[in-house]
Amino acid sequence: MNPTDLVDQSSLRDDIPPFAPGDTLKVHVRVVEGSRERVQVFQGVVIRRQGAGVRETFTVRKVSFGVGVERTFPVHSPIIARVEPVTQGDVRRAKLYYLRDRIGKAAKIKEKRAAR
Amino acid sequence: MATKAIVGEKVGMTQVWDDQNRLVPVTVVRVEPCRVVQVKTTEHDGYAALQVTYGQVKATRLNQPEAGHFRRAQVDAGKRLVELRVDDVSAYQVGQELRVDILTPGEHVDVTAVSRGKGFTGVMKRHNFKGQGASHGNHKHHRAPGSIGACATPSRVFKGTRMAGRVGHQKVTTLNLQIVQADAERDLLLIRGAVPGPRGGVVLIRGAVKKDAS
Repeated sequence: MNPTDLVDQSSLRDDIPPFAPGDTLKVHVRVVEGSRERVQVFQGVVIRRQGAGVRETFTVRKVSFGVGVERTFPVHSPIIARVEPVTQGDVRRAKLYYLRDRIGKAAKIKEKRAAR
Repeated sequence: MATKAIVGEKVGMTQVWDDQNRLVPVTVVRVEPCRVVQVKTTEHDGYAALQVTYGQVKATRLNQPEAGHFRRAQVDAGKRLVELRVDDVSAYQVGQELRVDILTPGEHVDVTAVSRGKGFTGVMKRHNFKGQGASHGNHKHHRAPGSIGACATPSRVFKGTRMAGRVGHQKVTTLNLQIVQADAERDLLLIRGAVPGPRGGVVLIRGAVKKDAS
């Protein structure tokens, strides 16, 4: 246990579902425009999860109009309204950086089959 | 001088989110309740200060002079005796307890502590010298300082020439740090940014002296 865990406890969120690299997620992000707030959805593949505790972050990659977009979020960030898992991916590594070099069908991730 | 001061121990650094969902780096300082052991006044001692102690210590760990000092003040013996220099000590009495809630979030403070000792270091680390080339025939002088002066004139090295030596383990004050949270229940203080010294080091926290009173 780290000595600062006592402080971190209050920042940790328990409403984030478990997910892993390769999964496709819908991240509902709170966006503040002037005085009003709305929720924007960022959907893509988790290519990385790193860090631990309050410092833990994950990166979601999507291809938008032919341009690769990656967004990194702290897992426990209050700007995340909701994380919605879409599919579970079947991948063999923890960091899916190889997706950056692939386009189209080559960048597709196999879906994990339910355990029999 | 500062209007208020308190002492604590550095716990470590972490991060919290503020009310606008921005990430704030914070240092956690454990500020146990401080008991005033002695009030030093200008008339009597030549300067104004509060001598405080915090924590608990076994009676067998005290030597006779320390035990006598605490007994005379009728204050429970603590881990350490620390002096806090404040402007006006007339509001304080011996035996009074200072808690972390004398500080409020948003307030600015100056934090003093003994920095981490780095030992005897070379000029690159100590004075940010560039060092020398990795190649071009260089042999075993990659981190050396180079020339430290001229030849027969002046035939000496000027005083103050920057050379290798000991770094750190000095009293360092960081000015105008902001208080993020003062938690009197858990005796914790959250200060925005970094604070000098190692984890577990003694940290003096005083109201900011170079910030306009607010």
